[in-house]
Amino acid sequence: MLIFATMIFGAHINEYYYLATYTILQFVVLGTAWNILGGYGGYVNFGTAGFFAIGCYTTIVLNKIFPMPLFFEMLVAAVTAGLVGLGTGYLTLRLRGVFFSIATLALAIVLQTLIVNWSFVGGARGVYVIRPAISGMFISYVQFLVVLMIGLATFSVFVAWTVEKSWIGIGLAAIRDDEAAAETSGVPSLRLKLIATTMSGAIMGMAGAPFPFYVTYVDPATAFGLAIAVNSIAMPLVGGTAAWWGPVVGAILLGSAQQILTVTISSAANLFIVGILLVVFLTVAPRGVVGIARSLKQRRR
Amino acid sequence: MEISWDLVINAIVTGVVLGGFYASVAIGVTIAFGMLDIVNIAHPAFMIVGAYLAFLGWDQFGFDPFVSIAVFAPCGYVFGRAFYRAYHFFFERRGDESLQGLAFFFGILFIVEIGVVLVFGVDYRSLSEPYLESTIGIGFVSVPWRMLVPFLVGLVMLGCINLYLTRTFTGRTILAVSQDVEALRLIGANPIRANEIAFGIAVATAIIAGVLLIIIQPVEPSITREYIGRAFAICVLGGIASIPGTLVAALILGVAEALTTTFYGPSWSPAVSFGLLLLTLIFRPAGIFGR
Repeated sequence: MLIFATMIFGAHINEYYYLATYTILQFVVLGTAWNILGGYGGYVNFGTAGFFAIGCYTTIVLNKIFPMPLFFEMLVAAVTAGLVGLGTGYLTLRLRGVFFSIATLALAIVLQTLIVNWSFVGGARGVYVIRPAISGMFISYVQFLVVLMIGLATFSVFVAWTVEKSWIGIGLAAIRDDEAAAETSGVPSLRLKLIATTMSGAIMGMAGAPFPFYVTYVDPATAFGLAIAVNSIAMPLVGGTAAWWGPVVGAILLGSAQQILTVTISSAANLFIVGILLVVFLTVAPRGVVGIARSLKQRRR
Repeated sequence: MEISWDLVINAIVTGVVLGGFYASVAIGVTIAFGMLDIVNIAHPAFMIVGAYLAFLGWDQFGFDPFVSIAVFAPCGYVFGRAFYRAYHFFFERRGDESLQGLAFFFGILFIVEIGVVLVFGVDYRSLSEPYLESTIGIGFVSVPWRMLVPFLVGLVMLGCINLYLTRTFTGRTILAVSQDVEALRLIGANPIRANEIAFGIAVATAIIAGVLLIIIQPVEPSITREYIGRAFAICVLGGIASIPGTLVAALILGVAEALTTTFYGPSWSPAVSFGLLLLTLIFRPAGIFGR
């Protein structure tokens, strides 16, 4: 808490730390959102980058035709991305889970092709975004974005926690363990999956909405970046998918490791290490940090 | 707009030729995903490894692409068998294949792609042999050998695999695994071994497809992503486990892409395969040859 407080309010803090914090928080949000469907329900979404990019481009479009405060742009982004999630889910969630995964992969690429060919938002060349002026209490716009992201991260973790503890989470867990058995015992599986897909997509969209102001230049290759798709899967799986704090731990671990590695080695090498970590955790500790912590706790008893 | 029939016919011929190559990419997915139920989304990663091995062989030792196929495809087979064993040990045995297994293949795809970037950089790599540089022309239709060779090799490969699966004992065991594992155990065949051999074959086809890819066009690491869409679109459209279906679906995709590229420009071509995949999943998930 103290570290955070100094980071936010200390005027002398290097801008780099804000940017690093923003990136890590963004991954807390994305990992948590992914986990609502992937971890609780067992449906793997490969299209996180697609939903994230919907958020980005919603902001870009709104900014061009009808500028409004970022908070409202995030709400619009949430609705758009949520609806896309609902639509994708409605069309493919009746099939086996694998097909949903493949469909999300396809969705991201189809959306990327649409954006590449849509010159209004810059097409393949990308688009510059001008940061609005900041209001009173913040020193810089980046600081405002970091505070916003802290809020969004708290919100998404709260949503995940609520889902986990509620009937939705219990139903999703039943679906994950045995979908046929869950359905015969009266779990409304399609409806639960649709709720989870919509929520997950909406939060991913919200995570993307402030991104144009963070980078100030967006092109399809950044918005649909492979790093987003991989990290949002690797972080929950490394942290552990069974509990709300798994993706948070995963995002902080992998996120800060990548920040350090990007500075010290290179950005290609750090993604390579994320991939290796993902595979190592999947094979050696498939329950992630959450699983390790739980087995330690049991052994102590 | 007046349609130029020369262009249409040229695009269809190009599409068919391209489709034969696409079939060689998708056959491995048909085997792994359709028959063994292993969602190997890392298939295009093995393909890109094949392409870069062919480049390395050509660049360092002057290997003809056919020599590369003869040398590297058996390596791919052996690697595939070992890889399946590891996959089985870590995921299938634990019953974790749906979530963790899928993420595992995604991780492998990613590691291979970045690994290739780290070793070779992001530049385009290509190879050339004198016989690949000429073009066959009949009337206004012309096809370069660069595309014709992969087309023919792809067709031969599909034919061989079809013969192997339907005429040999092991081949039939592999087909049987996809239908009824318990029945297979009762007749005394080992389903794990059948899976292992089949996955070895699937990886070998990926390596061959990679060699064919670098014959057709210059290769760079991120090309894997386009081919995930192509391979799975073909596999699903073809009815998942059907070899004739794979061929027909590959030809359909090839023609659809060639027509799109001719009339709308190459920037729309990635959307063709993924769009076709989405439409198939929505309207006919059993595919054209599915039951």
